Amino acid sequence: MADLVLILSILVATMRAAAPLLFAGLGELVAERSGVLNLGVEGMMLVGAAVGFAAHAVTGSFVLGLLAAILAGAAMAALFALLTLRLLANQVATGLALTIFGVGLSALIGLPWAGVPATGLPAALWPGLAHDSPALQQVLLLLDPLVWLAFAAVVAVDWFLRRSRTGLALRAVGESAEVAHALGTKVLRIRFLAVLFGGAMAGLAGADLSLAYTPMWVENMTAGRGWIALALVVFSTWKPWWLTAGALLFGFVTIAQFQAEAFGLSFSPDLLATLPYLATIVVLVLISRDATRLRLAAPAALGKPFRPSD
Amino acid sequence: MRLEKREAPSAAMLWAAPLLAAVASVVLAGLLFAILRVNPFAALRLLYLAPIASANGVAELALKMTPLLLCALGIAIGVRANVWNIGAEGQFTMGAIAGGGMALALGPTGGWYVLPLMLAAGILGGMAWAAIAAALRVGTNAHEILTTLMLNYVAQDILSWLVHGPWRDPQGFNFPQSKTFAAAATLPSLWGTRLTPIFFVALLAAPCAWVLLQRTTAGYRLRVTGLAPAAARYAGFSASGTVWLSLLIAGGLAGLAGIAEVAGPIGQLVPTISPGYGYAAIIVAFLGRLEPFGIVVASALMALLYLGADGLQMHMQLPLSLTGTLQGMLLFLLLAADVLVANRVVWRRG
Repeated sequence: MADLVLILSILVATMRAAAPLLFAGLGELVAERSGVLNLGVEGMMLVGAAVGFAAHAVTGSFVLGLLAAILAGAAMAALFALLTLRLLANQVATGLALTIFGVGLSALIGLPWAGVPATGLPAALWPGLAHDSPALQQVLLLLDPLVWLAFAAVVAVDWFLRRSRTGLALRAVGESAEVAHALGTKVLRIRFLAVLFGGAMAGLAGADLSLAYTPMWVENMTAGRGWIALALVVFSTWKPWWLTAGALLFGFVTIAQFQAEAFGLSFSPDLLATLPYLATIVVLVLISRDATRLRLAAPAALGKPFRPSD
Repeated sequence: MRLEKREAPSAAMLWAAPLLAAVASVVLAGLLFAILRVNPFAALRLLYLAPIASANGVAELALKMTPLLLCALGIAIGVRANVWNIGAEGQFTMGAIAGGGMALALGPTGGWYVLPLMLAAGILGGMAWAAIAAALRVGTNAHEILTTLMLNYVAQDILSWLVHGPWRDPQGFNFPQSKTFAAAATLPSLWGTRLTPIFFVALLAAPCAWVLLQRTTAGYRLRVTGLAPAAARYAGFSASGTVWLSLLIAGGLAGLAGIAEVAGPIGQLVPTISPGYGYAAIIVAFLGRLEPFGIVVASALMALLYLGADGLQMHMQLPLSLTGTLQGMLLFLLLAADVLVANRVVWRRG
């Protein structure tokens, strides 16, 4: 029983750490499948985290906090979409600008709440277990609704991309905007919505961090998770289930960093903190080595602008 | 309103766009101040004019320009060759660690040779950090945008570990900082200000970068690789050579900026040595049109935003994070204004 509780607690901690990467990664995956590379994930996440925390602090409602974060992320993405889709600005440069802007803007928004501790999102109730095992109950209580939502989103996005008509159109746009346009698909509208979805999910990922995972607002609190999510999308070869595997792996690396101390390993916390970043480089290297496979898996029109001819 | 592609990019707009963006950013900054409930005109004066109203202010501007200029030149050379080095921040940090480590190793005594050794170590440290990304790109096809970015976080963690652990000053009252560098390991300051001679090295690096890009075969290859990768391959230009050359130059310049910062105004290793110079330099590179001389002007403007935000914090209690917001806004506006270079706006009725 004690073993079961230990294993479960590691699993639960891994899932909790994976959830923000899943939200942000799924959003970016959908945007990239439509052919748009948005490097602003980190910035959108930070703004989502700050706005979500602020909205919750003001209204006292988690639902409103999450909604505000989703809207803030989508608003940031709309700015990106306006520049890259409407004004045909360079996607790489605009994405970088979005991140730099988001870092500053989130610090500005979150300033009144910096370092103020808060109570986290309450856990979803787990029916039946309450009486049977207080220990298990304690562990499972850590699973907040956002963790469940993140894994549900994987199923939904996977279904959407593979089975729905709109998902098919979205993938067509990402492979060749010209062909899709010739077939009567509204290329720019689909890309705009895909980018907005990416922003909304990044905002939600940020709010997951500031309202549930570590319930507080600190400047730059995402600590590169937006960039790690971008790397995971490459690692997943643009497939939701592989993204889940990658996010869980990273969740595990993140908690291993905290568990090491508990297991009596006396290692510098600063050096342990490098683990997720080094792991990101390792998975990128592993997936990129086969250049042909990566090129075949990537949406063919990724990063290419589209100008509807009239 | 509709955008129509120009036959050829507009040369006038190429240089008018950054000016347009700068003017628009001043207007937006004023609006932002109004939202923050401070007098926009007083705030704008503090932001753009007050910092350079004195000779000492101009020296401070030059001091802040130095790292931005050095990092941005490296980034621009890379982007011209389609190599996206987002790792200036980490290369800057590694330069500071390598050069600072040299200063600490040589100890409190030492002669004229200390500073050259430190500067060389700083440049090599930055180059070595960039070389990791170059080797990964060339050897394993891992894209440099993500690897250089991850290495930024790693470099910051290593610096934090060093000043909290092995390199902490035992007499430093447990503060996370190294010993202060000896006199021989500190850059001379000029005219009673904090300005160091590295500013002039940075200024000199701009024409050097121009010569490299415009007047040498290596620079020609870099530009062709960036503009037309297929043509570069056909001409037999080495793609991996381009990656190595542009990343090593960028790493060396950022490393120099890093050691100049800790051997100059800071004078020791501390956990935070850069207010995001490496990221701001990306904006500088684009604002300067990826052209060395444009970058000189752009770095002055960006340095002004840093100084101005300092002043706003001191006199109006506004947060320092305004800098990032204003910098990001400026790059957005520039990218938007750039549309006018390749397109003209056509107004249509009905």
